[in-house]
Amino acid sequence: MNAPENKQQFRLVGTRPVRPDGVEKVTGKAIYGPDHVSPGMLQGAVLRSPHPHARIRGIDTKKAEALAGVKAVVTGQDFPQAADKLVAGAESASNLRWVAQKCMAIGKVFYEGQAVAAVAATSHAVAEAALKLIEVDYEVLPHVIAIEDALAEDAPVLHDDVFTQGLAEKPTKPSNASMRFAIERGDAKAAIAGAAASFTGRFTLQPVHQGYIEPHACVAQWNADGQAQIWCSSQGHFAIRAMTAGILQIDIASVRVHPLEIGGGFGGKTTVYLEPVAMLLSRKAGRPVRLTMKRTDIFRSTGPAPGAVIDITLGAAADGTLVGAEIELKYHGGAFPGANEVYSGVGGAVGHYRVPNASIVGWNVLSNIPTMHAYRAPGAPQINFAVESAMDELAARLGIDPIDLRLKNIVHPGEPSASGVPLGAIGYAEALEAAKAHPHWSSPVAPGQGRGVACGAWGNYGGPSTASVKLGEDGSVLVTEGSPDIGGSRASMAIMAAETLGVAYEKVRVTIADTSSIGFSMVTGGSRTTFATGKAVIQATEGVIEQLKDRAARTWGVDVAAVTWEDGTAVHGDQRLTLAQIAAKTGTTGGPISAEAVVDPHDFLPGFGVHICDTEVDRETGHVLVKRYTVVQDVGRAIHADYVEGQMQGGAVQGIGWALNEAYVYDRSGKLDNAGFLDYRMPVASDMPMIDTVMVEVPNPAHPYGVKGVGEVPIVPPLAAVGNAVSRATGIRMHDLPISPDRVYGLLRAAE
Amino acid sequence: MSSPAYHAPETIEQAVALLAGDAGARPLAGGTDLIVQMRSGRNAPSAIVDLKRIAGLSGIRALPGGGFAIGAATPCTALKDDAALAAAWPGVVEAANLIGSVQVRNRATMAGNLCNASPAADSVPALVAAGATCLVAGPNGQREVPVEAIPAGPGKTSLAPGEVLVEIRLPAQLGADAYLRSIPRSEMDIAVVGAGVSLVLGAGGVCTAARVAIGAVAPTVVLVEAAGAALIGGKLDDAALEAAADAVRAACRPIDDKRGTAEYRTAMAGVLVKRTAKIALERAHKNQGRSQA
Repeated sequence: MNAPENKQQFRLVGTRPVRPDGVEKVTGKAIYGPDHVSPGMLQGAVLRSPHPHARIRGIDTKKAEALAGVKAVVTGQDFPQAADKLVAGAESASNLRWVAQKCMAIGKVFYEGQAVAAVAATSHAVAEAALKLIEVDYEVLPHVIAIEDALAEDAPVLHDDVFTQGLAEKPTKPSNASMRFAIERGDAKAAIAGAAASFTGRFTLQPVHQGYIEPHACVAQWNADGQAQIWCSSQGHFAIRAMTAGILQIDIASVRVHPLEIGGGFGGKTTVYLEPVAMLLSRKAGRPVRLTMKRTDIFRSTGPAPGAVIDITLGAAADGTLVGAEIELKYHGGAFPGANEVYSGVGGAVGHYRVPNASIVGWNVLSNIPTMHAYRAPGAPQINFAVESAMDELAARLGIDPIDLRLKNIVHPGEPSASGVPLGAIGYAEALEAAKAHPHWSSPVAPGQGRGVACGAWGNYGGPSTASVKLGEDGSVLVTEGSPDIGGSRASMAIMAAETLGVAYEKVRVTIADTSSIGFSMVTGGSRTTFATGKAVIQATEGVIEQLKDRAARTWGVDVAAVTWEDGTAVHGDQRLTLAQIAAKTGTTGGPISAEAVVDPHDFLPGFGVHICDTEVDRETGHVLVKRYTVVQDVGRAIHADYVEGQMQGGAVQGIGWALNEAYVYDRSGKLDNAGFLDYRMPVASDMPMIDTVMVEVPNPAHPYGVKGVGEVPIVPPLAAVGNAVSRATGIRMHDLPISPDRVYGLLRAAE
Repeated sequence: MSSPAYHAPETIEQAVALLAGDAGARPLAGGTDLIVQMRSGRNAPSAIVDLKRIAGLSGIRALPGGGFAIGAATPCTALKDDAALAAAWPGVVEAANLIGSVQVRNRATMAGNLCNASPAADSVPALVAAGATCLVAGPNGQREVPVEAIPAGPGKTSLAPGEVLVEIRLPAQLGADAYLRSIPRSEMDIAVVGAGVSLVLGAGGVCTAARVAIGAVAPTVVLVEAAGAALIGGKLDDAALEAAADAVRAACRPIDDKRGTAEYRTAMAGVLVKRTAKIALERAHKNQGRSQA
């Protein structure tokens, strides 16, 4: 592993201590979403539509309600009338009108697996039996799944009140193309026509799921006085609170959401599917209600990330300088408008290169599949697959080393970013140079193998976070925050607090508090938590240090300005008071010591990654083996090095799975045909080589410890890194994902 | 809510009586198919007859003459742990130890794999190639049938009401065997195609007997006699292997589904049978060298 070069600079930052939540998790004691039990709790079950598109003429729940043990039944009619209303809290604003229908169909179903009714009963078996007694009268409508089919003239239109946004003139007819977003600069067509080399191609991808192991689950208790509590795992319990309160039209202060441990989210757990339903069941039943999804429900009604159809032309001068990009990307939007992947797809398409002439047009295309939801760098891997494949083709056509071609074209600090704001202290060039210097890149490619390289970027984020730091009377330290720990952030927060305060890591304990016990914190997403919540923790810790210095100054009768804080000790001349000594005397020096900080930073920086992949192709069967894989990434500065490397490895593995085998498969009737982990093939451990990591540390000057987001960048390059490696191994450009054995076999036979 | 009755008989006769007396009763060995099917709602038995307490149904016995009897409730992991069985029938033991995960194989049995009657069952082509038989107990006594006679179609067996598989019998190994499957991943997957080959070599390394069976390319596992015949009488040169592959491809009756197209499955059956035969041949050479040494 590559330790940070400047590891001596800090006492704790960059080290690898045991995570505070580790023992509880590996011994099975941690309470995850499906584990929470409330006294008197009922078991809920959800009836889901067998049809991908149907009008609900009526739902008869009488027989279900009459079954012994059934305490409540709800349908879409129990939901308050949902009008257009935007709520913040997640990575982008959500329209409650659509979020409500992701929880329960209201009058019409738009995808197979959409909830149409729910039951709470004294046992799970009774609840399941009651579902069979609910009669739904469907008027089945024609459905459409694929992007190009949904855009066809005669395609069934999902919503008669959705008109394409982003067109120069408001259209007169409703459309499945819910949104157009474009970036235009210069004259791309003319630039490409005059280019020394160009590549034109169409790339396609299927929807993929985030694939978290823990199912969606919650317990809700909505009392007669209007006050409610929800226990659930999520990437942001404040977002769960905002959406649940908004959909049910109750005060935010009346809903207290308790965060449970989360078993994976990857962006998919930043919204509600079950919570409002469990709330309605609880209000009717007068008891707490648990809802848990089955794996088939998760595949059919949550996530996924968009499939895509991407047409791209890239042109370059003879020396490799990019002169123009013409790109049209069409992304799956799913059943309802509001998916945001097209924005990042268009914005990030060639954002990591200087391209003077660009025409990049994106479309969000609705069809009868679940509404797209965030998945690790949402919208970036799809377009990156096309762009980095095209770069590989240009490198081959121009006879330029693929890393050198990138170095020639990358953006540098001070140059405008995709949004136009000048880039700060980014480490893209450093990452490419590190990749070039890596023994993987200089090693000979083994016979029968191909080596691919691909680069990728992600903007990262900051946003609001709250944290408080309190001292125990014995000098131990309590950090309280509102960001669910999905990737080791408790350890990172403890390191930053301990580093700042000058105490041992083990003296700091971190709690993720419920929505009534700590101030608002945005979701754990957008690679923002170690950066933004970290800033809040550091700021609150600095507040505590100020109070500690003040107590010492009072004890010594000196001016606080003359007191310094050094390695956990107040210092004034020869006088010293340790943190523990001050903490022991707080009862007589002014009371307990604590501080809270609320931050909303926007001085975050984007991250850049370079991935190198060697593949071997079995020419008789089409099987692709990943033989060697190296991830190089500008990580700002690693707070806990294990979890930074873990993010780099995990993102790479998810991207490799996306490249090789993962895909939603729909049958002709519009039903998902592989709604389980057997036939939705995520990689297993034995599919993967050890993923080597190189942390390139170019610190963010706007963060006390130099943090940049690291979690999303690593899923961006692997699709093209694998595709480029297979293309070089076979001599055939991989245009379509997944690069599954039967597809490769077909391509190899066709090329013979 | 009614839940199925659970019986744990201690004799084969009791098990047969329980199964014969209740058409909705299902035998349980490892339960790695049955329990999963019950939880998904695909199977709702009225009673479960657990075979694991019946004396002799768990474990491996050496038969006179060099064969093996494998009790119906013997988990796949136990096959791997039996050195004599693993040395004699590596193809069968490896096939059984490709099923699911380690945890699954600590419970799952070959008898269950066979009676679940999936065309993609991993252990079945290897057993058929090996010429294995089954001892079946029923209301009318016991009968011994070839393994390939058990599956009748996807999820269907030829077992009569009240009948239960008691043990699987492997003959003495006179040559060597092998099994390979094609899956998109490296493990934890279901065969897109499976191929089992069993060979006997005579003087000078000439193949004197061969059985070839393929899985996941027809409603049941198929014994391809023409493929075996193509291997007999020579030393498995390229022409013989290609002839066996032709015979296998001709025997394929696959469907197009999410796990593979008919075309891909047929092509892979040919590729796999050649690769499997080569492994069996290499093992047979080794065994021959050992017996001559």
